Amino acid sequence: MSVLVRIPTPLRRFVDGNSILEARGKTVSQVLGDLSQRYPGVGERLYDGGSLRPFINIYLNNEDIRFLQGEGTAVKDGDVISIVPAIAGG
Amino acid sequence: MGYSTGLVCRVCGKRYEESPLYVCEDCFGPLEVTYDYEFLGRKFSPETISRGPKSMWRYWPLLPLQGEPKVGLEVGFTPLFHAKRLGDALGLKRLFIKNDAVNHPTLSFKDRVVAVSVSKAVEFGFDTVACASTGNLANSLAAQATAAGLRSLIFIPADIEEAKIVGTSVYGTEVVAVRGNYDQVNRLCSEVASQYQWAFVNINLRPYYSEGSKTFAFEIAEQLGWQCPDHIVIPVAGCSLLTKIWKGLTELEELGWIPKNKARLYAAQPSGCSPVATAVKNGWDTIKPVKPNTIAKSLAIGNPADGLFGLRAIRQSGGYAEDVSDREIIEGILLLAKTEGVFTETAGGVVVAATRKLVREGRIGKDDLTVLAITGNGLKTQDALVGATRRPSTIDPTLEDFVALEEQKERRQRENVSLG
Repeated sequence: MSVLVRIPTPLRRFVDGNSILEARGKTVSQVLGDLSQRYPGVGERLYDGGSLRPFINIYLNNEDIRFLQGEGTAVKDGDVISIVPAIAGG
Repeated sequence: MGYSTGLVCRVCGKRYEESPLYVCEDCFGPLEVTYDYEFLGRKFSPETISRGPKSMWRYWPLLPLQGEPKVGLEVGFTPLFHAKRLGDALGLKRLFIKNDAVNHPTLSFKDRVVAVSVSKAVEFGFDTVACASTGNLANSLAAQATAAGLRSLIFIPADIEEAKIVGTSVYGTEVVAVRGNYDQVNRLCSEVASQYQWAFVNINLRPYYSEGSKTFAFEIAEQLGWQCPDHIVIPVAGCSLLTKIWKGLTELEELGWIPKNKARLYAAQPSGCSPVATAVKNGWDTIKPVKPNTIAKSLAIGNPADGLFGLRAIRQSGGYAEDVSDREIIEGILLLAKTEGVFTETAGGVVVAATRKLVREGRIGKDDLTVLAITGNGLKTQDALVGATRRPSTIDPTLEDFVALEEQKERRQRENVSLG
C-alpha cells in the first residue's frame, strides 16, 4: 500500500524539508517503519525503546489511531497519515 | 529586564533559546520556560511584590516577558473570598472562592494566559495571533489582540455556545467554525501553525501562554496572607491550569515566599469528558483519550495536552479527581448562585459538584482551608440553564394584579405546609 504521510516541523530537517511524503506498508506501524528506514533520524525521534513517544499523536485520515487499532491499524492506498505533536491547545 | 532564561524540554531536559518553539526537536516533549530563581529571589520578596500593581503583573518577575507587558494591564487580582454560605451547604468551615468569573476584560481565567502570550507575540514581532478554543480563550484573544492592534484568527468547534461566538466576533476578529470537536480543531490548528507564520497562542507560544496561569495560584497564596491552602479544586480540560497552579506554588515554596506547598490538587471534570479523572481513579500512568459529550463545553477536551503532567501533579500533591453528571453540573451552578450570589459557567458548576463529592468521600475535611477555582462566567453559558430556573410571574401594571399574585403565593405556601 502507498500512503501519504504529513511530516511535522520538528521532523522536516531529516526529510529534506518535505512536509508530505509517500511511504509504503500494510499498517500504520509498517508505514512509519518504512519512513524511519529511508530517513535516518526519524525513527529515534518517533520511538523510544520500540514504543511510540508519548507526546506524538498519529492520525489516519481524520481519526486518532488510539480510537482505531493503534499502530496495528491497517491502511489502504491513498490514505493519509498525519504525525502531529501532542502538546497543543487547552 | 526579564528573569526568564530560556526554554527546557520537560521530558529530556534539552535547553533552547527563547523563541516561538513549543516542541523538543529530539523527543517531541513540551518546552517550558525557565527562570533565574536565585537572582530573582535576591531582588524580590512578598513585601516588594505586594507593593506592585493590583493586577497579575505584580508577579512579573515570574512571567516570561523581556519588556513591559503590551496588553491586558488590568488583568487579574480577582477576588478571593470566604464563601460562608456555600461552605455551610457543603459542610466546610473554611471554604474560599477564587473568582475569575469577573476577570478583566472577558470574564474568565483565559485573560491571564492571553495577556502574557499576546505581549510575547508582540515581543517576537508577530502581526497575527491565532488559537484553537472552546470559547473563553476565543473571547479573550479576540479582545486583547484588538486592543494590541494585532490581526486575530480564531478556530472554534462549530457547536459552542452562541454567547461565546458573539463574544468573539464582536471584536472584529476572523472566526473559523470547524465542523468537529475541540480535539479536531486543535489538531487542524497544529497543522495550520506549521504552515503559516502566525503566533498560535496555545500552540507555538504555548510555553509562554501557559505561564500566565501561574498567577492564579500566586494570587490565592498572597490573598491568603502568603500561605498555601490545604486543597484546591480545579476544573480540568487540557489540564494546563492545574499543572501551572502546581508549578506556581512550587516556585513560591522554592523562593521561600510561602512556608510549604502543601496544597492537594483535585481535578474536576464532567463525566461526559473525564479522561484525567478516569486515569486518576484507575491508577493509570497514561491518559486514554475520549470523545466528549457534555454540557460543559469549555471542558470538552478529550485529548488533554497536559494530562500526563497533571496526573503527576495530582499524585505528587496527594490530591484526587472527581467527575460529575450534566444534572450535577446544573445543581452546582445553582448552588453557587443561590448561596454566594456568584453566577458561574458550566465549568464552575463542575467544580462545585465535584467538591460536594470530595467532601462526602471524606477527602476534604470540614476544617481544611479549601479553595474552589471558579474560572468562567455564567452569562456565557445560559443555554445550559434552560428550564432550570423559575420563569418570572407576568402581570398587568395594576396593584390588584400584584396583590392577587401575592395571595396566590401565600395560598400555595399554606397548602404546602398542610401537605407537608
